[in-house]
Amino acid sequence: MHRDQMSEITVLPGTNRNGKREGFDQIIIRPGDTLSIVGPTGSGKSAFINDIEVLAQADTVTGRRILVNGVPPSDEMARDPSKKPIALITQSTRVIADLDVSRFLELHIEARKQTHIKDLIENTIALANEFTGEQITRAMSMTALSGGQTRALLIADAILIGRTPILLLDEVENAGIFKERVISCIKECRKTVIFVTHDPYLALSTDRRIVMSNGAVVKVLEPRERERATIARVSEIDDLLWDLRERIRSGDLIGEEDAIDEEIGVPA
Amino acid sequence: MKLAIIAGPASVGKTAVVRQIIREFRESSNPAYVKIDVVRAFEDEELREEFGIPTRKVYSGDLCPDHAGIMVLQDAISWAQNVGSGLLIIESAGLCLRCTPYTTQSFGIAVLSAVSGSNSPLKMAPMIAQADMAVVTKTDLVSQAEKEVFREYIKEVAPSIDIIETNATQGTGMRYLMKALAAYPDLSDAAQIVLRGSPPLGVCTICVGKKEIGWQHHFGVIRPLEEADNIYRGD
Repeated sequence: MHRDQMSEITVLPGTNRNGKREGFDQIIIRPGDTLSIVGPTGSGKSAFINDIEVLAQADTVTGRRILVNGVPPSDEMARDPSKKPIALITQSTRVIADLDVSRFLELHIEARKQTHIKDLIENTIALANEFTGEQITRAMSMTALSGGQTRALLIADAILIGRTPILLLDEVENAGIFKERVISCIKECRKTVIFVTHDPYLALSTDRRIVMSNGAVVKVLEPRERERATIARVSEIDDLLWDLRERIRSGDLIGEEDAIDEEIGVPA
Repeated sequence: MKLAIIAGPASVGKTAVVRQIIREFRESSNPAYVKIDVVRAFEDEELREEFGIPTRKVYSGDLCPDHAGIMVLQDAISWAQNVGSGLLIIESAGLCLRCTPYTTQSFGIAVLSAVSGSNSPLKMAPMIAQADMAVVTKTDLVSQAEKEVFREYIKEVAPSIDIIETNATQGTGMRYLMKALAAYPDLSDAAQIVLRGSPPLGVCTICVGKKEIGWQHHFGVIRPLEEADNIYRGD
């Protein structure tokens, strides 16, 4: 199967840290679905998306199995990056490669067997610059990029160079990127996306929410319309906090007139 | 009996890979383990305690550790056969990146770390090029894009090598290594085993390109598995 074809992913249950089977029969992730994974630190959120990324076959600590289009993936799909339908952006924003931005992207383009290398490098850097306020240029060293720049570049890379139908994003909110722009871009590209997140806005804006505890999935929520009013409210609060954060970062004194509007306040 | 030879720089996670292999084969193959090191090594004691399998170590002292490994290999095969092992695992000291300890009739595994810098596969080219499989460890510490870039560098050195990416402490991705090792043939005639590549020039008979394994075939500073002292054997 070529990676550009849409793929349906099925997650089959494993066990929690005490060896007890997880509370679901299967989770099917269809093309264009958006999911969030929530739960306390250490509850197994990253392990869940890692299982999907490595296309686990009961060979990880969780014991989960992943099917692609209903069947176990071929070895080729699991092992050759150019055949894999999945891209993972990890929590880590460390880059060890001692390369400049354009060489790094060029090598990744070769790994993914894409063409039009020059244009693709330019477009990827341009898209990354839509996600971050700190300008990235092609001659910058990968190891010298800030956390926000690295995250922005890796997301742009996953969308344009990885070009996979499925994106796994592990706590994207932690690095200084424009998360609304990232979400809208992912939706425009009709990607399937799974966010591991502690961010209320991100968690609420997905179709389904998977709740983790003690290494296992304990709930799969489908809020549908019920949370719509809250999302709008959270979005307003988020904008307010964003604005405040930017002003504090740029050295403003925050006066009385900026006191948080009671009207927005805490959601009812 | 199968023979697996594991090489790679220091601290890349060779022993973590060995642990996973032992875990997989302990029921079926009674693995035996030999660690080659220069001054001190603890892996043999740790693995013996953890898995209750026969283990040994060899200190190379003044001899090059890869050469010491080659010197003792014939003895080590006999030892492992005598203790009834179906899988002998040899772990190199991981110092010199030029000499490759892989032999004929053995499964050669090069272990690399994903956090060791993009050029590291180029620096250890002979060690990768003559292996059957490259195992990239610590891939949980880098992004997927970076993992794929690292893979390109390995392919530059050895275009057709089998590459697996793993977080070896958890064993992610190791199933491909286990499959390949299980499918690899047993060694057929230990007396016929020779090195796959030519070691660099030097002063002992291994250094100058003699490929036989076993100290009986060499001159200069040699090393049997028993009697840990250096033995000089004429010229």
